[in-house]
Amino acid sequence: MSLFYHIGRYSLFIRRVFSRPEKHGVFIKQVVREIDKLGVDSLGIVIIISTFIGAVITLQTSYNIDMPLIPRYTIGLAARDSILLEFSSTIVCLILAGKVGSNIASEIGTMRVTEQIDALDVMGINSKGFLVLPKVVGLMFIIPFLVILSMAIGIIGGWLAGALTGVVPSSEYIYGVQYSFKPFYVVYSLIKSVVFGFIIATVSSYWGYYTDGGALEVGKSSTMAVVSSSVLILLFNLLLTQLLLT
Amino acid sequence: MIELVNVCKSFDEKEVLKGISTVFQQGQTNLIIGQSGSGKTVLLKTIVGLLDMSSGDVLYDGRCFKSMNVNERKSLHQEIGMLFQGSALFDSSTVEENVRFPMDMFTNWSVEQKKERVKFCLDRVHLDNVNDLLPSEISGGMQKRVAIARAIALNPKYLFCDEPNSGLDPKTSIVIDELIQEITKEFDITTVINTHDMNSVIGMGDKILFIHNGKKHWEGSKDDIFIAQNEELDSFIFASKLFRSIKEKR
Ligand SMILES: Nc1ncnc2c1ncn2[C@@H]1O[C@H](COP(=O)(O)OP(=O)(O)OP(=O)(O)O)[C@@H](O)[C@H]1O
Ligand SMILES: [Mg+2]
Repeated sequence: MSLFYHIGRYSLFIRRVFSRPEKHGVFIKQVVREIDKLGVDSLGIVIIISTFIGAVITLQTSYNIDMPLIPRYTIGLAARDSILLEFSSTIVCLILAGKVGSNIASEIGTMRVTEQIDALDVMGINSKGFLVLPKVVGLMFIIPFLVILSMAIGIIGGWLAGALTGVVPSSEYIYGVQYSFKPFYVVYSLIKSVVFGFIIATVSSYWGYYTDGGALEVGKSSTMAVVSSSVLILLFNLLLTQLLLT
Repeated sequence: MIELVNVCKSFDEKEVLKGISTVFQQGQTNLIIGQSGSGKTVLLKTIVGLLDMSSGDVLYDGRCFKSMNVNERKSLHQEIGMLFQGSALFDSSTVEENVRFPMDMFTNWSVEQKKERVKFCLDRVHLDNVNDLLPSEISGGMQKRVAIARAIALNPKYLFCDEPNSGLDPKTSIVIDELIQEITKEFDITTVINTHDMNSVIGMGDKILFIHNGKKHWEGSKDDIFIAQNEELDSFIFASKLFRSIKEKR
């Protein structure tokens, strides 16, 4: 019951979000600001987790296939594929859902409870489009760059870990990373990340926009935003994998 | 002139407004008074269309709100200025950006024209040297004044104020009230104000609408209010000892 209610209200919400912006100049400025706020500010966390996860994936893979029959370069290959296929898109987006999603929901939620959204509406501005569209466009634009960055750094992290601990020699790892490389894996990850960016921006805005009450409810909306966008990311990850990879 | 025709509003089962009809004249400060929870904010938001009416209609100088399409409503909204209970300034924008916002959105004015208009509006509410501050960096009374400046940025024909002096000290309250009154006369605006401050009622009630239990219980001017024969109104106004003693002296 309540699920259908949210799906219905979300669909109506999205319809209003995608309407022509009032002023193109203002819209472009907003998009640039969102790219900076949502994307550039997330660089740090993406770099840190990518380095560590890349390293851990490499080490774990090497302990798992510690057999003389299997050549060492397969470690580079396996690490590369885990990073390209799953880690850099899904896991990074899940982490962004936490960081960016709660940020969006609390920002819009605060605007709701302090009547700033009413102030926009009473001026004759489509508040849904005005507040949400720049976030959707900004995030969908910047997320693929974050994902590519995460791929590169993850692979470098793996190489560093392998070389420093001596479990995989540098040359073997680099050979493995290049071995039967399928560019489509990157495309697949980027497609996923754009979809996830859309989910994070719209779902979090939805929860923020329909906050009702005060500061406590803003916190609740923020939690709902993170939980529901994470669940949707996992669901769509499954769907897209089924669609794109098989 | 704004005319309310039998305006009703309910939330699910709960009836908040049960048919309110009245007329707010141009160039006058029209007050809506009533106890906390009597539905003043709901009435104001219903009039401006932030909440959908359950039934009834609102006529803006004869233009009927209910039968307007999206574009007509939008152009009507550009004639409306509104002051919210908590100021509702955009908290990540500076004072100047807040006042300039309606101009950025709805005009094609040059940078100089906008600057001039921002200066005019801020001067009008007696504020200077605050242009580059954020709303969080100025006092509550100043925020109210910035909100008034933003509301009059595009020369509105209608001005709505939801408790313009809640949370302000008595002296600042009077400054804000006088400001609203002056602006109303100066630009010949139809002003509607929610309040439960008796000072405002006596100070600027060109017309007063008393609502109780979602219904219009009394209407009149500030001169009639002390002699009104209405039990609920009496108990509302004379809740304070001061006013009771004034009444007894009369
Ligand atoms: N969105 C809503 N959903 C359900 N009930 C609501 C909603 N908004 C207001 N109400 C109810 O309407 C009634 C009137 O509320 P309103 O905010 O208009 O009071 P008010 O006269 O402005 O009070 P105050 O002077 O304290 O601001 C209250 O009982 C409130 O619970
Ligand atoms: Mg109120």
